[in-house]
Amino acid sequence: MTPPAGVTRRGLFMQIGIFLNGIVAVILGVPFVRYLLSPVVHERKGSYDSWVPLGGLEQFPSGQTRLATYRDPVVSPTDGETADIACWVRNIDGQSFQVFAINCAHLGCPVRWFPQSNLFMCPCHGGAYYQDGSRASGPPERGLFEYHYKIDGGKLLIKAGEMPTPGQASNIVREIRPCA
Amino acid sequence: MRLIKSIGDWLDARLQLGATIRETAEHSVPRETASWFYVFGSAAFVVFMLQIVTGIMLALIYVPSAGEAWNSLQTLNHSVTLGWFIRGLHGWGSDFMVAIVLIHMVQVFLFGAYKYPRELTWIVGVFLLIVTLGMAFTGQVLRFDQDAYWGLGIGASIASRVPLMGPPIVNLMLGGPIIAGATLSRFFALHVFVIPGLLIAFVAVHLLMVIKLGINEWPMPGRVVRKATYIKEYHELTKKDGIPFVPAAVWKDLVFSAFILLSVAACAVYFGPFGPSGPPNPTIIQTAPRPDFFFLWLYAVLSLLPPSMETPALLIGPVVVILGLLLLPFFFGEGEKSWRRRPVAVLTILLAAVALGTFTRLAGNAPWSPVMDAWSGIPIPAEFLHNRTALERQGALVFQVKQCHNCHSLDNQGGKRGPALDAVAVRLTQDQLIRQVIQGGGNMPAYGKNLSPAETTALVAFLETLHPAGQSPARDASRAVALEPVAGAPASGQP
Repeated sequence: MTPPAGVTRRGLFMQIGIFLNGIVAVILGVPFVRYLLSPVVHERKGSYDSWVPLGGLEQFPSGQTRLATYRDPVVSPTDGETADIACWVRNIDGQSFQVFAINCAHLGCPVRWFPQSNLFMCPCHGGAYYQDGSRASGPPERGLFEYHYKIDGGKLLIKAGEMPTPGQASNIVREIRPCA
Repeated sequence: MRLIKSIGDWLDARLQLGATIRETAEHSVPRETASWFYVFGSAAFVVFMLQIVTGIMLALIYVPSAGEAWNSLQTLNHSVTLGWFIRGLHGWGSDFMVAIVLIHMVQVFLFGAYKYPRELTWIVGVFLLIVTLGMAFTGQVLRFDQDAYWGLGIGASIASRVPLMGPPIVNLMLGGPIIAGATLSRFFALHVFVIPGLLIAFVAVHLLMVIKLGINEWPMPGRVVRKATYIKEYHELTKKDGIPFVPAAVWKDLVFSAFILLSVAACAVYFGPFGPSGPPNPTIIQTAPRPDFFFLWLYAVLSLLPPSMETPALLIGPVVVILGLLLLPFFFGEGEKSWRRRPVAVLTILLAAVALGTFTRLAGNAPWSPVMDAWSGIPIPAEFLHNRTALERQGALVFQVKQCHNCHSLDNQGGKRGPALDAVAVRLTQDQLIRQVIQGGGNMPAYGKNLSPAETTALVAFLETLHPAGQSPARDASRAVALEPVAGAPASGQP
């Protein structure tokens, strides 16, 4: 039996069926994609960073580098302890500060401060940084990530909220003077 | 017995699968494939089944929440009856599965099984390797401890280096701006729904093709694959010298699978479950994260690559390797199957094995990582302090206090990041030592700003004592000449 030429009744109905399902696919597909992309949608991303207090200035003595922790500004009920983030605060001279991300600029491991030798050392791949955050040795290609800070009402605040990564440091002070 | 048979007949009259199953089970395979070399595919499948069963059992207790996951693992380890054993089986099962999949891959590569007409079977096998490694990585994340937390940070740091798309990829991977609740939830979805779904689908296609195309025959040197004649030759082989897969060949698969399952169980009992290590609290920074066994080689590569090579190697390397594996059957789809006639194939496997083995072994003691507590925890061996002057001992103190020991070893103790200093005085003169300490260089930080002149003098005095007995320290010859006129002034200094 040869199929009848041209548009047949049942062929047309099948095409209508496929077309309807195509419309449904778009109607459902757009919200699906929108839902999946929610972590990167612009208005959401814009609110990731905000000013968070690290505590009173008296906690950061002049000339010293101290560990500080803060609660991430974007939290959800299931975050638990993971929203508690650490950073290094360097009080340079009592007036000006540097606040470094805990994450090594190589691959994000937590760097440790050694006040005796004035170095940050990373336990993972052996990156080392001077006290001003500039690269001293090892695999990192740059200095430590540095947060913007301000002093308000005797408290130190930093602009934070997003984990700094080598490719993504837009909200963070980028340039760190190389050690002369 | 009669009841079982009548139930079976009743079912088969409706399902009508019995004949197909019997035919599939008893299909003819080349006699020589009933070999101990052909048991790895089925063993990988059986371990995968074990992973499904133990995975479902763990999911009965595990809580995929960043705030609760670590506690629920403690409950599994300590409070639930045999929870530690199920965790051990699942963890060791994962290591065994990756190992067996790799061995299976090496076997089919060396036996030329990827050649015509089994190209697609090989390609699906490459996808199976990728999803198996994906299961291993996501599973390591679900063990939501310190290693998992910082491992995710490493993953995010690698992903962020993708040109242009890096930052959005990181946000997508983490489910937000930081590693937190949403991150664990999405890795749970990947580990429990998405990747296992892919794995089951790929396994089904892989097995279907093995049955439809027939198992790869034992390669004989000189028996060359040609597209025009291969299928006919294969059918002649199975007809002339074939045996039924069940029971003639399957018994070796059964015995080996049982042996593997017992080995997994033995490891689970003897070594116990993996971790969890410390809680995933990012403010606890006294940690040295290490990846699981099958990613140790990557840890070594990331430490040893020159910094400028790292991003290209990380982003291009995997693409090249995967593309190479996928395209292999298209470039070498015909020809010799036997490894005896394929020296390049054998050398490739040896090179890959030696490289991965070396990197894995290196990562086991991680000489590139500073020993973070060497300065306070590892004393300088007594022989380096015996019969030393006060200044030299002061220098030894500087050596400890300034964390030199974290990167430099003495008598094989301490960090291996920098060179061992047991005989440094033989290599460097006093001036060179001073310059190295103050200016750094050669991957060493400069200590000029952190050492007072007195500390530098003491440290260099100590370093100058570090030479083997009977071997004199390095001296700058020009310096001796420069000093000579002073020493010999009365004799030759005056005209």
